[in-house]
Amino acid sequence: MDGAVIRVRGLRKRYGALEAVAGIDLEVERGEIFAFLGPNGAGKTTTVEILEGFRARTDGEVSVLGVDPAHAGSEWRNRVGSVLQESSPEPGLTVRECLELYAGYYEAPRGIDETVALVGLQGKADTLGEQLSGGQRRRLDVALALIGDPELVFLDEPTTGFDPSARRAAWDVIDGLRELGKTVFLTTHYMDEAENLADRIAVISGGMIVAEGTPRTLGGRERMAARITFSLPNSVRVDELPLPAHAANGRVTVESEHVLADVKELADWALSRHLDLPDLDVRRPSLEDVYLQLTGADS
Amino acid sequence: MILHQFRYDLLAFLRNQQSRFFTLVLPVLFLVIFVSVFGNDKVGPDNVKASTYYVPGISALAVIAGSFVNLVISVTAQRESGVLKRRRATPVPAWVLIAGRTLTAIVVALGTMTVLLLIGRFAYGVKLPTSTLPGVVVTAVVGAVSFCCLAYALTTFIKSEDAAQPMVQAIMLPLYFISGVFIPNVNLPSWLRDVAEFFPVQHLADGLHHAFDPAAHGAGIVWSDLGVLALWGAAGLAVALVRFTWTPAMATG
Repeated sequence: MDGAVIRVRGLRKRYGALEAVAGIDLEVERGEIFAFLGPNGAGKTTTVEILEGFRARTDGEVSVLGVDPAHAGSEWRNRVGSVLQESSPEPGLTVRECLELYAGYYEAPRGIDETVALVGLQGKADTLGEQLSGGQRRRLDVALALIGDPELVFLDEPTTGFDPSARRAAWDVIDGLRELGKTVFLTTHYMDEAENLADRIAVISGGMIVAEGTPRTLGGRERMAARITFSLPNSVRVDELPLPAHAANGRVTVESEHVLADVKELADWALSRHLDLPDLDVRRPSLEDVYLQLTGADS
Repeated sequence: MILHQFRYDLLAFLRNQQSRFFTLVLPVLFLVIFVSVFGNDKVGPDNVKASTYYVPGISALAVIAGSFVNLVISVTAQRESGVLKRRRATPVPAWVLIAGRTLTAIVVALGTMTVLLLIGRFAYGVKLPTSTLPGVVVTAVVGAVSFCCLAYALTTFIKSEDAAQPMVQAIMLPLYFISGVFIPNVNLPSWLRDVAEFFPVQHLADGLHHAFDPAAHGAGIVWSDLGVLALWGAAGLAVALVRFTWTPAMATG
């Protein structure tokens, strides 16, 4: 299986007339953090729930840790941890008691204190789950998914609805899974989350994978034109420039595929005219630009 | 494994104020109120003292509150909040989760009933059954197990946590009134007694009343009542086996 932890071929899921997942292929390698990125309703949760063994598929081949999740048993569940999109803490139990309860479900659980520390809930171990903040509850969810010391962890939209500092803290936890050697399958609709965490990203839109790559190469991002922008004094007209350019809102934009050469040409031209371009800015398309282009502006 | 689940389910139950009130405190209040109202009048078909009538009557309520009412509410809430689904993502077998929670319900039901018996004994001088003690225990256990099965069946018809409490009360309150739990049903018109006769509450209450009747002979077991309870339990189990789900009814895409 050349190290593939998850292998999906031609996966389809139909709900009546709606095809939520319309034939996707995926491969996730051991030790990789894989982000499944897409707008709401794109088919992310349907896919991840098929991989977790919660939903039956309409068609296609699925292998997770060498097993078809539709027929997986306890032995397989010992090796997989799942953070579901929506789940409340166990009512009436403290963080420690929750973890003790779940530790009892697994053959070889991690230590309770170690797991509490891993998700940064030290000092909250004796707090009731219901009394935790949203971010802390999510960390408890992650702790519950890790308590069985799984090889593979599913995280379904782990930071939806978080404030920025809670998101940063959650990212640190997920990043920590990399050091533990876990394989992580993450779904998200935040581009920056995928960009910060993932080794590889697949973008799903309308049930189909529309792009796949690393955060640097996704959607041909590394080959896409960069933008050089600056403003010109009123005395200089745009058509005097040595490069094709257009002006809008007082700023001039040059689309550039050879940034270094174009910047040199522009600089030589400006210096020869004793022009300073103090607000010159060179920008590669952001992952967000690529993502919006891939998933359509209406998302 | 069942004991592991049972330990934490019982702990969660005892920490929940609402469960404690409806399951433990309310039956005690009912017992005190009804005995105070009817004093030492002779009541019921067996013409016994009010306290001797209400200890088994309210015991039936306690069994139902512990097994049925509490289970419906907590299982629906756990299902809708994703707690059950998350547990199913672990290697724990489904039957361990069901058995652990059911055992909690049965222990709570029998525990509350024991409290009622002790209050009856020491506050109202209601003699604890001796020769008919098997009748008390067997009826309570069969009743608790059957009402647990019915609880799992009913959860499959409730779509949200908020609907659970009103739903169980709407079902149980009228049945308590017509089944001899709150008022002796000799006072009811016969058609209403026929209705009560169909449902399981009447048979649990009747079985317990019989076992407490000082004039009862033998072990105090009313087999016909146990039979009806068991049939209802079996029907509940069948419905639950077909319809029970671990994932929220309000599933998201």
